Amino acid sequence: MISQFFILSSKGDPLIYKDFRGDSGGRDVAELFYRKLTGLPGDESPVVMVTSGGRRHHDGHHFIHIRHSGLYLVVTTSENVSPFSLLELLSRLATLLGDYCGSLGEGTISRNVALVYELLDEVLDYGYVQTTSTEMLRNFIQTEAVVSKPFSLFDLSSVGLFGAETQQSKVAPSSAASRPVLSSRSDQSQKNEVFLDVVERLSVLIASNGSLLKVDVQGEIRLKSFLPSGSEMRIGLTEEFCVGKSELRGYGPGIRVDEVSFHSSVNLDEFESHRILRLQPPQGELTVMRYQLSDDLPSPLPFRLFPSVQWDRGSGRLQVYLKLRCDLPSKSQALNVRLHLPLPRGVVSLSQELSSPEQKAELAEGALRWDLPRVQGGSQLSGLFQMDVPGPPGPPSHGLSTSASPLGLGPASLSFELPRHTCSGLQVRFLRLAFRPCGNANPHKWVRHLSHSDAYVIRI
Amino acid sequence: MPYLGSEDVVKEVKKALCNPHIQADRLRYRNVIQRVIRYMTQGLDVSGVFMEMVKASATVDIVQKKLVYLYMCTYAPLKPDLALLAINTLCKDCSDPNPMVRGLALRSMCSLRMSKLDQWGQAEVLNFLLRYQPRSEEELFDILNLLDSFLKSSSPGVVMGATKLFLILAKKFPHVQTDVLVRVKGPLLAACSSESRELCFVALCHVRQILHSLPGHFSSHYKKFFCSYSEPHYIKLQKVEVLCELVNDENVQQVLEELRGYCTDVSADFAQAAIFAIGGIARTYTDQCVQILTELLGLRQEHITTVVVQTFRDLVWLCPQCTEAVCQALPGCEENIQDSEGKQALIWLLGVHGERIPNAPYVLEDFVENVKSETFPAVKMELLTALLRLFLSRPAECQDVLGRLLYYCIEEEKDMAVRDRGLFYYRLLLVGIDEVKRILCSPKSDPTLGLLEDPAERPVNCWASDFNTLVPVYGKAHWATISKCQGAERCGPELPKTSSFAASGPLIPEENKERVQELPDSGALTLVPNRQLTADYFEKTWLSLKVAHQQVLPWRGEFHPDTLQMALQVVNIQTIAMSRAGSQPWKAYLSAQDDTGCLFLTELLLEPENSEMQISVKQNEARTETLNSFISVLETVIGTIEEIKS
Repeated sequence: MISQFFILSSKGDPLIYKDFRGDSGGRDVAELFYRKLTGLPGDESPVVMVTSGGRRHHDGHHFIHIRHSGLYLVVTTSENVSPFSLLELLSRLATLLGDYCGSLGEGTISRNVALVYELLDEVLDYGYVQTTSTEMLRNFIQTEAVVSKPFSLFDLSSVGLFGAETQQSKVAPSSAASRPVLSSRSDQSQKNEVFLDVVERLSVLIASNGSLLKVDVQGEIRLKSFLPSGSEMRIGLTEEFCVGKSELRGYGPGIRVDEVSFHSSVNLDEFESHRILRLQPPQGELTVMRYQLSDDLPSPLPFRLFPSVQWDRGSGRLQVYLKLRCDLPSKSQALNVRLHLPLPRGVVSLSQELSSPEQKAELAEGALRWDLPRVQGGSQLSGLFQMDVPGPPGPPSHGLSTSASPLGLGPASLSFELPRHTCSGLQVRFLRLAFRPCGNANPHKWVRHLSHSDAYVIRI
Repeated sequence: MPYLGSEDVVKEVKKALCNPHIQADRLRYRNVIQRVIRYMTQGLDVSGVFMEMVKASATVDIVQKKLVYLYMCTYAPLKPDLALLAINTLCKDCSDPNPMVRGLALRSMCSLRMSKLDQWGQAEVLNFLLRYQPRSEEELFDILNLLDSFLKSSSPGVVMGATKLFLILAKKFPHVQTDVLVRVKGPLLAACSSESRELCFVALCHVRQILHSLPGHFSSHYKKFFCSYSEPHYIKLQKVEVLCELVNDENVQQVLEELRGYCTDVSADFAQAAIFAIGGIARTYTDQCVQILTELLGLRQEHITTVVVQTFRDLVWLCPQCTEAVCQALPGCEENIQDSEGKQALIWLLGVHGERIPNAPYVLEDFVENVKSETFPAVKMELLTALLRLFLSRPAECQDVLGRLLYYCIEEEKDMAVRDRGLFYYRLLLVGIDEVKRILCSPKSDPTLGLLEDPAERPVNCWASDFNTLVPVYGKAHWATISKCQGAERCGPELPKTSSFAASGPLIPEENKERVQELPDSGALTLVPNRQLTADYFEKTWLSLKVAHQQVLPWRGEFHPDTLQMALQVVNIQTIAMSRAGSQPWKAYLSAQDDTGCLFLTELLLEPENSEMQISVKQNEARTETLNSFISVLETVIGTIEEIKS
């Protein structure tokens, strides 16, 4: 049960404020939230905070929030509620607002204040959830979204996906997918589009001797549909797709994942036999399937790093040679690759020799940042970095064991995107629509695959 | 029988059902319906004749009715719109004079599962179900079987709601609880690696909660709790705690290696948390951890050294077998410690185990040399004690330094506590060395008492009701302070409004009543109502028992015995006898009994000249925890009366 809901910008300005029960103070609660959040000691979690702000009518309430697209979505409640449900509701609200406003962001929210309030009115009644289905809500929502610039198909970029919050925020989401589900009635003809994305997040830990300590893949199949609701579609997955450790399919090694969960609207009649998902998606965004896979990857890891470190304690000279090999198939490539290597304290200078001109390396916040905008599969790149580290004060006495590398060096972490590549090997074979538009062109179908790094750590 | 596709069958059956001639002939009609049921059983989709079958339900033939209802219950989920039509007939049947028809209709209506709740509704209903108490074991397991599918929901809120319900319903079946926790492992781990940091954090808090009861539960998944570079601080700290708790023989090597990586993190706070975590693991895997900690000292970093030394201090106390290794690691540390906590820990170690550290007197001497510029009084106190202790084992090396330190502390020190400590030791030395030994080297507290150790594994039942609430997210201790503040907040300012209550009105404001009744729960104390003892029995018992607890509460001004008696009645404390109002001294005898049969006998004494009330409580079974809860109930009542009065 929710008392209030508000949206704050990243700077703490209230964009949306709605009180559902009138039992918990006024608007200044939003200000209190931001004050508490910024004043919180580093070791405390901001996810749930109590509202003891000094004034009595606030007390006994809890703030629960998520951060999404640079915004704070916050609810207050006075009950000891289920945190899982509330967080789920908040992320659902974020998706819903994204569906209706086109995309979620400070600009779109402030342009569509009326629409957001209308939505909140329908979703929550006296603090209880009525419905969060994009489809049901369509019947009640009258306001049309204000879109900043007209939509054009030519904006489609190959990597930007609607939902994937990749680490490189400089990749703008493609504007084709970021338009509202309820755009004006006039451009009906353009609306017949479906976006299907397979997005995988990869987290890897490699020991200093090169052995693989941990691989973890979190995958999602996301669908954003602009087709009329109720039009049936069938999604065919790789036939060798197996779930669990024991199942065997086909003759090859199979595409194996540990666990799968489906959205409740997915019909699995044909899943066992042909790996086909059948569903009648509502308009808007929907996570069709989630899966995870650990420890056992069918393909080689996308990157291997071969570091060598020379450390002369006496003169404080540190030389790091990094060789990065990309083990993707030669037709694929990795984009926006960035290597982040924490350095010992007090590093002063950096000189570099890089293997190709479009690379860039610099010191930032006590770490080395090596940017490689584009890495072709099968290629190998290297960088030689020399730094000066003034020694620690006091004589290096007592014959302490000087380790090969100085304190604070490493571990290296890589971030990257792999367009048209899934680490698990899962592919969408086909996307078929039963929908026949009356006298119009066939609907556009966009099927995209993408992997990106969550944490790709290599110990040195 | 010729082969027929399902469409042909449906067409043919439909025709037959619509045929008025067949409808008129009861037997033929029933036969057609039987055919439909047969096809249905064979797996043919005959949902196409739903409309016709609903019509067929309006009949007096009970057999036919039963067949039709069977059909409807099977296909209703597929044809929710048409099933609505059947409701009409079912409602009409519910008022049929024939009880058999009524029962049949009712049963069918209950099994029509048409409206599907969405995930929010499900979570809400699961929450409501917590209030239900199954009457028998059979019913309990029926419920659990019905709810099983919710554990597989794709919504974490529903899965956790169902898990909680399972844990609460199966409170008497630990194996069922463990089973459920095994099944919820997958969803929880998925949430722990979710893209949403907030969800990840909440899941981690719940993982820790489960680990308190089942330490090995996530041991094989330890890699899921490795921190990644980009995570926020609060998630990393939770993960380190989880790693600490799930460590076992198989994964200890890998976990320690991972934790060692964190010790050199750029964030000093995180590095220190990792070192403390290694210190925690050292209680079980001492040698490996002490080795890692010793290596960390070699890095000669202030923020690392201070925490390592503090960890060592705790460790030699808990695991005396590692003393030797720690003593060997200590020399040289003093150069890299600047903060108060670290200095205290080092000085303590040098004092207690100085006989094994060759240069201990000289390190302490350095501290004495710089004592004038020392800013922390606590360090000076520690230094005094350590030097005196070391003096006992290595007098020749310490005598001079100790003399200087005592002189400084007594003559020049401005902090009174340090001065007093110095004077005390000086006088103690005057009494004689044997007395010093007796005082300073008195037996150390026994580490096996487990005061600093983790509490033992707790049963699932003690946190089941907190599962899927904010309690694990805040942490139990933090939650307790929050709810305490709220309680105080609630009864504090509200009281003036009700201060002019009449004797017949509600004695304790609604909210206070709640609070009073909540209190017994917290201490696992439930007082039984209407347990009136006879005065004789009370007197006999009172005289035969010793006073278990005595305390005084502030009390001022006039007194209304009736008010007190009524207030006590509310919390099930009976008044046996009481002096008249205004008599001096004023006395009252109270009795109460909890659900385990334990008696609490109480005497209240109000002396005329004192402004306080003296309470003496006797108990027929010595049980401290319930005694404390009882006393807090009593305090609350008396405190409330006092507040109302003023």
